[in-house]
Amino acid sequence: MILNLNNREEFFDSDTLNISELMLIKKFSYPKIIVKVNDRFVEKEDFHSTYIKDGDKVIILHLLAGG
Amino acid sequence: MNFEQIRDILKTKKVGVAGCGGLGSNCAVALARVGLGTLVIADFDVVEKSNLNRQYYFYDQIGRPKTACLKENIARINPEVIVETHQTTLTGENIRFIFRDCDILVEAFDRSDMKEVILKAFTVSFPEKHLVMGIGMAGWGKNNLIQQNQYDKLIICGDQLTEIGENRPPLAPRVGVVANMQANAVIELLLGEMDDLML
Repeated sequence: MILNLNNREEFFDSDTLNISELMLIKKFSYPKIIVKVNDRFVEKEDFHSTYIKDGDKVIILHLLAGG
Repeated sequence: MNFEQIRDILKTKKVGVAGCGGLGSNCAVALARVGLGTLVIADFDVVEKSNLNRQYYFYDQIGRPKTACLKENIARINPEVIVETHQTTLTGENIRFIFRDCDILVEAFDRSDMKEVILKAFTVSFPEKHLVMGIGMAGWGKNNLIQQNQYDKLIICGDQLTEIGENRPPLAPRVGVVANMQANAVIELLLGEMDDLML
Protein backbone atom coordinates (compact mmCIF):
# COMPACT_ATOMS: atom_id res chain seq x y z
CA MET A 1 0.00 0.00 0.00
CA ILE A 2 0.98 3.62 -0.42
CA LEU A 3 0.57 5.99 2.49
CA ASN A 4 0.96 9.72 2.76
CA LEU A 5 3.16 9.74 5.84
CA ASN A 6 4.17 13.18 7.11
CA ASN A 7 3.60 14.70 3.68
CA ARG A 8 5.61 12.03 1.86
CA GLU A 9 4.27 9.25 -0.32
CA GLU A 10 5.68 6.01 1.05
CA PHE A 11 5.32 2.45 -0.12
CA PHE A 12 4.78 -0.51 2.20
CA ASP A 13 4.78 -4.19 1.27
CA SER A 14 1.71 -5.11 3.35
CA ASP A 15 -1.89 -4.33 2.41
CA THR A 16 -2.51 -3.13 5.91
CA LEU A 17 -0.60 -2.37 9.08
CA ASN A 18 -1.56 -1.26 12.55
CA ILE A 19 -0.03 1.88 13.99
CA SER A 20 2.36 -0.06 16.26
CA GLU A 21 3.71 -2.00 13.28
CA LEU A 22 4.09 1.18 11.25
CA MET A 23 6.01 2.84 14.05
CA LEU A 24 8.33 -0.15 14.33
CA ILE A 25 9.06 -0.13 10.61
CA LYS A 26 9.68 3.62 10.51
CA LYS A 27 11.55 3.59 13.84
CA PHE A 28 9.34 6.12 15.62
CA SER A 29 10.12 5.51 19.27
CA TYR A 30 9.93 8.73 21.25
CA PRO A 31 7.51 8.40 24.18
CA LYS A 32 5.62 11.61 23.61
CA ILE A 33 4.17 10.89 20.23
CA ILE A 34 1.13 12.14 18.36
CA VAL A 35 -0.58 10.12 15.67
CA LYS A 36 -3.25 11.28 13.28
CA VAL A 37 -4.89 9.09 10.67
CA ASN A 38 -7.00 10.92 8.11
CA ASP A 39 -7.27 13.94 10.39
CA ARG A 40 -8.33 12.02 13.51
CA PHE A 41 -6.09 11.64 16.54
CA VAL A 42 -5.33 8.06 17.54
CA GLU A 43 -4.63 7.46 21.24
CA LYS A 44 -1.73 5.30 22.39
CA GLU A 45 -3.99 2.55 23.71
CA ASP A 46 -5.49 2.19 20.22
CA PHE A 47 -2.19 1.85 18.32
CA HIS A 48 -2.44 -1.93 18.20
CA SER A 49 -6.03 -1.98 17.04
CA THR A 50 -6.00 0.87 14.52
CA TYR A 51 -5.24 -0.29 11.02
CA ILE A 52 -4.23 1.84 8.08
CA LYS A 53 -4.77 1.07 4.45
CA ASP A 54 -3.79 2.23 0.99
CA GLY A 55 -4.34 5.94 0.48
CA ASP A 56 -4.51 6.89 4.15
CA LYS A 57 -2.94 10.11 5.33
CA VAL A 58 -0.87 9.58 8.46
CA ILE A 59 0.92 12.12 10.61
CA ILE A 60 3.34 11.00 13.31
CA LEU A 61 5.01 13.66 15.40
CA HIS A 62 7.46 13.60 18.28
CA LEU A 63 6.50 16.30 20.75
CA LEU A 64 10.01 16.96 22.03
CA ALA A 65 10.28 18.95 25.23
CA GLY A 66 11.58 22.47 24.94
CA GLY A 67 10.26 25.96 24.35
CA MET B 1 3.39 45.64 0.11
CA ASN B 2 5.04 48.53 1.96
CA PHE B 3 5.26 48.71 5.74
CA GLU B 4 2.24 50.99 6.08
CA GLN B 5 0.07 48.53 4.18
CA ILE B 6 1.46 45.67 6.24
CA ARG B 7 0.81 47.54 9.44
CA ASP B 8 -2.76 48.33 8.41
CA ILE B 9 -3.49 44.65 7.91
CA LEU B 10 -1.69 43.41 11.03
CA LYS B 11 -3.31 45.86 13.40
CA THR B 12 -6.69 44.27 12.76
CA LYS B 13 -5.44 40.83 13.77
CA LYS B 14 -5.34 38.95 17.06
CA VAL B 15 -2.80 36.22 17.84
CA GLY B 16 -2.52 33.99 20.90
CA VAL B 17 0.80 32.93 22.42
CA ALA B 18 0.52 29.98 24.79
CA GLY B 19 3.55 30.11 27.06
CA CYS B 20 5.80 33.12 27.70
CA GLY B 21 9.15 31.37 27.98
CA GLY B 22 11.94 31.11 25.45
CA LEU B 23 9.71 30.73 22.43
CA GLY B 24 6.69 32.70 23.60
CA SER B 25 8.42 35.85 24.84
CA ASN B 26 10.61 36.17 21.76
CA CYS B 27 7.78 35.39 19.36
CA ALA B 28 5.45 37.88 21.07
CA VAL B 29 8.07 40.63 20.87
CA ALA B 30 8.67 40.03 17.16
CA LEU B 31 4.93 40.20 16.48
CA ALA B 32 4.63 43.36 18.56
CA ARG B 33 7.45 45.05 16.67
CA VAL B 34 5.70 44.62 13.34
CA GLY B 35 2.49 46.01 14.77
CA LEU B 36 0.15 43.13 15.43
CA GLY B 37 -3.16 44.49 16.77
CA THR B 38 -3.72 42.25 19.78
CA LEU B 39 -1.69 39.61 21.56
CA VAL B 40 -3.26 37.17 24.00
CA ILE B 41 -0.49 35.80 26.20
CA ALA B 42 -0.69 33.15 28.90
CA ASP B 43 1.77 31.70 31.40
CA PHE B 44 1.51 30.85 35.12
CA ASP B 45 5.17 31.38 35.87
CA VAL B 46 7.47 34.12 37.21
CA VAL B 47 10.75 35.35 35.74
CA GLU B 48 13.83 33.54 37.11
CA LYS B 49 17.48 34.43 36.71
CA SER B 50 18.12 31.23 34.74
CA ASN B 51 15.52 32.31 32.17
CA LEU B 52 17.56 35.31 31.07
CA ASN B 53 19.86 33.31 28.80
CA ARG B 54 17.02 33.11 26.29
CA GLN B 55 13.78 34.69 27.41
CA TYR B 56 12.79 38.26 26.62
CA TYR B 57 12.98 39.60 30.19
CA PHE B 58 15.34 41.85 32.13
CA TYR B 59 17.38 41.45 35.30
CA ASP B 60 15.16 43.81 37.26
CA GLN B 61 12.09 41.71 36.44
CA ILE B 62 13.28 38.61 38.31
CA GLY B 63 10.57 37.31 40.64
CA ARG B 64 7.66 38.94 38.83
CA PRO B 65 4.98 37.20 36.73
CA LYS B 66 6.01 36.66 33.11
CA THR B 67 2.73 37.84 31.63
CA ALA B 68 2.94 41.20 33.41
CA CYS B 69 6.61 41.64 32.52
CA LEU B 70 6.14 40.71 28.89
CA LYS B 71 3.23 43.12 28.63
CA GLU B 72 5.47 45.89 29.99
CA ASN B 73 8.30 45.02 27.63
CA ILE B 74 5.95 45.09 24.68
CA ALA B 75 4.50 48.43 25.78
CA ARG B 76 8.01 49.89 25.77
CA ILE B 77 8.57 48.61 22.23
CA ASN B 78 5.19 49.31 20.66
CA PRO B 79 2.58 50.90 22.92
CA GLU B 80 -0.15 50.47 20.29
CA VAL B 81 -0.26 46.70 20.68
CA ILE B 82 -3.07 45.53 22.94
CA VAL B 83 -1.85 42.77 25.24
CA GLU B 84 -4.38 40.57 27.04
CA THR B 85 -2.69 38.65 29.85
CA HIS B 86 -3.68 35.40 31.54
CA GLN B 87 -1.51 34.47 34.47
CA THR B 88 -2.79 30.95 34.75
CA THR B 89 -1.95 27.29 34.17
CA LEU B 90 -3.37 26.35 30.81
CA THR B 91 -5.60 23.29 30.50
CA GLY B 92 -7.59 21.70 27.69
CA GLU B 93 -10.68 23.54 28.92
CA ASN B 94 -9.41 27.05 29.44
CA ILE B 95 -7.33 26.98 26.23
CA ARG B 96 -10.56 26.81 24.27
CA PHE B 97 -11.89 29.82 26.12
CA ILE B 98 -8.79 32.02 26.40
CA PHE B 99 -7.81 31.81 22.75
CA ARG B 100 -11.27 31.57 21.20
CA ASP B 101 -11.09 34.91 19.38
CA CYS B 102 -7.55 34.54 18.12
CA ASP B 103 -6.94 34.27 14.40
CA ILE B 104 -3.92 32.04 15.00
CA LEU B 105 -2.36 30.37 18.03
CA VAL B 106 1.36 30.04 18.71
CA GLU B 107 2.32 27.08 20.91
CA ALA B 108 5.27 27.97 23.12
CA PHE B 109 5.33 25.40 25.92
CA ASP B 110 8.38 23.62 27.25
CA ARG B 111 6.73 20.42 28.44
CA SER B 112 5.81 17.62 26.04
CA ASP B 113 2.56 16.82 27.79
CA MET B 114 1.41 20.43 27.51
CA LYS B 115 2.29 20.48 23.82
CA GLU B 116 -0.03 17.53 23.40
CA VAL B 117 -2.81 19.18 25.40
CA ILE B 118 -2.72 22.31 23.32
CA LEU B 119 -2.41 20.49 20.01
CA LYS B 120 -5.49 18.42 20.70
CA ALA B 121 -7.59 21.09 22.44
CA PHE B 122 -6.98 23.79 19.86
CA THR B 123 -7.12 21.78 16.66
CA VAL B 124 -10.25 19.92 17.73
CA SER B 125 -12.09 23.04 18.93
CA PHE B 126 -10.93 25.29 16.09
CA PRO B 127 -10.20 23.04 13.09
CA GLU B 128 -10.33 26.03 10.74
CA LYS B 129 -7.55 27.91 12.55
CA HIS B 130 -3.79 27.53 12.27
CA LEU B 131 -1.60 26.38 15.15
CA VAL B 132 2.11 27.23 14.97
CA MET B 133 4.16 24.92 17.18
CA GLY B 134 7.81 25.02 18.14
CA ILE B 135 9.47 21.61 18.35
CA GLY B 136 13.22 21.05 18.64
CA MET B 137 15.40 24.04 19.42
CA ALA B 138 17.91 22.78 21.97
CA GLY B 139 21.60 23.56 22.15
CA TRP B 140 23.65 25.58 19.70
CA GLY B 141 24.69 25.71 16.07
CA LYS B 142 23.14 23.40 13.49
CA ASN B 143 21.19 26.19 11.88
CA ASN B 144 20.61 24.12 8.78
CA LEU B 145 18.51 21.61 10.69
CA ILE B 146 15.92 24.19 11.67
CA GLN B 147 12.99 24.23 9.31
CA GLN B 148 9.29 24.72 8.92
CA ASN B 149 6.93 21.87 8.12
CA GLN B 150 3.22 22.11 7.53
CA TYR B 151 0.52 19.48 7.98
CA ASP B 152 -2.80 21.04 6.93
CA LYS B 153 -3.40 23.77 9.52
CA LEU B 154 -0.54 22.66 11.79
CA ILE B 155 2.78 24.41 11.25
CA ILE B 156 5.87 23.20 13.07
CA CYS B 157 9.03 25.29 13.39
CA GLY B 158 12.18 23.72 14.74
CA ASP B 159 14.50 20.85 13.98
CA GLN B 160 12.05 18.25 15.34
CA LEU B 161 15.12 16.35 16.58
CA THR B 162 16.73 17.95 19.61
CA GLU B 163 15.21 17.83 23.05
CA ILE B 164 16.18 20.17 25.86
CA GLY B 165 18.45 18.45 28.38
CA GLU B 166 21.28 18.92 30.87
CA ASN B 167 23.92 18.86 28.13
CA ARG B 168 21.70 20.49 25.56
CA PRO B 169 20.27 23.55 27.27
CA PRO B 170 18.06 26.04 25.48
CA LEU B 171 20.09 29.10 24.49
CA ALA B 172 19.12 32.50 23.12
CA PRO B 173 20.45 32.16 19.58
CA ARG B 174 18.85 28.85 18.61
CA VAL B 175 15.65 29.38 20.60
CA GLY B 176 15.42 32.84 19.09
CA VAL B 177 15.70 31.43 15.58
CA VAL B 178 12.73 29.13 16.15
CA ALA B 179 10.69 31.79 17.99
CA ASN B 180 11.22 34.24 15.15
CA MET B 181 10.44 31.57 12.64
CA GLN B 182 7.11 31.07 14.39
CA ALA B 183 6.44 34.82 14.24
CA ASN B 184 7.44 34.82 10.58
CA ALA B 185 5.04 31.96 9.87
CA VAL B 186 2.25 33.89 11.63
CA ILE B 187 2.91 36.99 9.54
CA GLU B 188 2.86 34.95 6.36
CA LEU B 189 -0.53 33.51 7.29
CA LEU B 190 -1.88 37.00 8.02
CA LEU B 191 -0.41 38.81 5.01
CA GLY B 192 -0.47 36.02 2.47
CA GLU B 193 2.63 34.77 0.73
CA MET B 194 5.25 37.32 -0.20
CA ASP B 195 5.33 37.58 -3.97
CA ASP B 196 7.79 38.95 -6.38
CA LEU B 197 11.00 37.28 -5.28
CA MET B 198 13.38 38.98 -7.65
CA LEU B 199 16.56 36.97 -7.92
